[in-house]
Amino acid sequence: MERSGPGRKTRPAPQPRGHRENLTGYLFMSPWIAGFLFLIAGPMVFSLYLAFTDYNLFDAPKWVGLKNFTDMFADPRWRQSVKVTSWYVVIGTPVKLAAALAVAMLLAQKRWGQSFYRAAFYAPSLIGASVSAAIVWRALFSDDAVVDRGQQLFGIDAGGWIGDPQMIIYALVALTVWQFGAPMVIFLAGLKQVPRELYEAAEVDGAGPWRRFWSITLPMISPVLFFNVLLETIHSFQIFASAYIVSNGSCGPADATLVYTCYLYDQGFANSRMGFASAMAWLLLVAVGLVTAVLFWSQKRWVHYEEGGR
Amino acid sequence: MTPMDTTAARRRLPGSLAWHIGALAILVVVLYPVAWTIGASFKPSGDIVGALNLFPADPVTSNYRRLADGIADIPIWKFFLNSAYISVGSVIGVVLSCSLTAYAFTKVRFAGRNIMFAIMIGTLLLPYHVLIIPQYVLFQKLELINTFTPLLIGKYLATDAFFVFLMVQFMRGLPKELDEAARLDGCGHLRIYWSIVMPLCRPALITSAIFTFIQAWNDFMGPLLYLNEPDKYTVSMGLRMFIDQDAVADYGGMIAMSLVALLPVLAFFLAFQRYLIDGMATSGLKG
Repeated sequence: MERSGPGRKTRPAPQPRGHRENLTGYLFMSPWIAGFLFLIAGPMVFSLYLAFTDYNLFDAPKWVGLKNFTDMFADPRWRQSVKVTSWYVVIGTPVKLAAALAVAMLLAQKRWGQSFYRAAFYAPSLIGASVSAAIVWRALFSDDAVVDRGQQLFGIDAGGWIGDPQMIIYALVALTVWQFGAPMVIFLAGLKQVPRELYEAAEVDGAGPWRRFWSITLPMISPVLFFNVLLETIHSFQIFASAYIVSNGSCGPADATLVYTCYLYDQGFANSRMGFASAMAWLLLVAVGLVTAVLFWSQKRWVHYEEGGR
Repeated sequence: MTPMDTTAARRRLPGSLAWHIGALAILVVVLYPVAWTIGASFKPSGDIVGALNLFPADPVTSNYRRLADGIADIPIWKFFLNSAYISVGSVIGVVLSCSLTAYAFTKVRFAGRNIMFAIMIGTLLLPYHVLIIPQYVLFQKLELINTFTPLLIGKYLATDAFFVFLMVQFMRGLPKELDEAARLDGCGHLRIYWSIVMPLCRPALITSAIFTFIQAWNDFMGPLLYLNEPDKYTVSMGLRMFIDQDAVADYGGMIAMSLVALLPVLAFFLAFQRYLIDGMATSGLKG
C-alpha cells in the first residue's frame, strides 16, 4: 500500500480488479462449484443418459432408446402415481394456503398474544415432515381411533381412513394442512406491510370486508402469495416420507398413496430399474418445470409489485 | 372521552373477545396431535388407539421402559447418536460452505458471478428426487454406500441453495462502509469474511443452523437410501423398524420413541423460535 507522507493527500484504496479478485472469488466459490459439478450438474447429465438405458446397477447400462418412456406410459401403476400425486397437489396446496392466509389475517389484527399464537401455529411445520408425525397421524386416523370416533358422533360409520383406499389420501392432505404455519408466517409478514391508510380510505368509501379483502389485501400481498404458491406446489410434488410411513411402507392400500416419489423409489431401489427410475425422475423435472413456467407466466396477470422497484 | 370514543371502545371489546376465542380454537386443533402423543405415550399399548381420554387416568411408564430394550438388539441411544452426528456435521458444513459462497456472491467481483448466481437460484427449484438415482450410482461406485458421507458431503459443498440465498440477502443488507474501511486498513477478503462479515451475520447463521439441524434430524429418504446396517440407522430409520415389526403389538414403544425423537426439534424451537420465524418471514419478502 502506498504510504502517505506529510502534505500528501491520502487517496481511497483503489477497488481491486482483475486476476486477484477473480482468484479470490473462485477460491471462495470452490466448494459450491465442486458441489454443483459433482452433485448436481454431473448427476443430471448422467441421469439423462440413464433414462434411455436398461440398467440394474450391476451390469453395464444397455441403450434401449425410448423404451423406458413407452413402458412408463403403458404402466398402470405409473399412471396411478401421477393421479395420486396430482390429486394431492391440487387439493393439499390450496387448502393449506387458504388456512395459512385465513389464520394470518386473524393474527394480523394485532392483538395481545399474537407472537405466542404465531409461534404455536408454526411448530407443526418443523415436525410435520418427520417420521414421528407420520406415525402419530397413522394412529389418529386408524380404525376406532380419534377421527373414526369423531365422525361416529356425526352419525358417519365409515371406519378409519388408513385402511380405506378412498380416504387415506385425505389423511395425507390433513397432515400437510396441519403444517400451515410456515406459509402463515410469510403471509403475516406480507400483511404487515399493507398500508393501513388504504383500508381506512376504502372504509370511508363504504367498502365492506369482502371488498376490502379482494381489492386491497389480495393485490397488496400478491407477491407473497405467488412465492407461497410456487414453494408449496414444488414441495407437494416431492412428498415421500409421510406417504411411505402413513401407509406402513406400502404406499397402499391398493396403491392409494402411491405418490410419484414412492413409485420412483420402488422402481429404482426395490426393483433396481435404474434406467426406468431415471426416466421417471426426468418426467418429474419436466412436470415441475412446466408448472413453474405456467406460474411465472400467469403472475403477469395477478401479481402486483410496488412501483418504484426495490 | 367523547361519546364517539366510548362507542368505539365498547365495539372493540366483543371483537377482541371473538378474536381470542377464534385463536384459541385454532390453537386447540393445532396442538391436539402433540397433546395426544404425550398422553398416548403414557397409556398401555392396547389403549392407545381406542381410548377417548386424551390423558390416561392411570399413566404407565412401561412404554418408556420398553425403549430401554432397544429394537432388534440395537440400543435406542445408538440411533440418537447417529442422528446427532449427521445433524451437527450438517450444521457445520452448511454454515461454513454456504457463508463462503454467499460472501463471494455479495462482496467479491469476479468474472461469471451473475451467471453462477442465476444457476444457484435455479437449483432452488430443482426437485431433489431428480438427483437420487445418479447420486446413488456415484456413491455406489465410490463404495460410499452404508457410510455417512453421502448424507454429509452436499452440506460441505454449499448445495443447499436456500441457505446460500438467505445469507446473500442478509449480507447485502450490511453497510458497505464496514468492509471498505477494512480494505483501507489492508485487510484481505478472508479476514473481512471471518472477522467482520461472519459476526455481523450471526442471525442468518443461527437461522440456517437451526433449519439445517431440523432438516437433517427429520430426514428419512437419505438414510433409507444410504444406510443399510441397523447399527448405522438414524432415529427416522429406527422408528421405521417399529413399523416393520408388528406395529399393533408395540404401539406404545413406537409412540414413546416418536415423542422422544421430536424433543430435540421442539427444544430448538422453544429456544430459537424468534430466529426461525423471522427467518421464515424474511424468505418470502426479499429477492
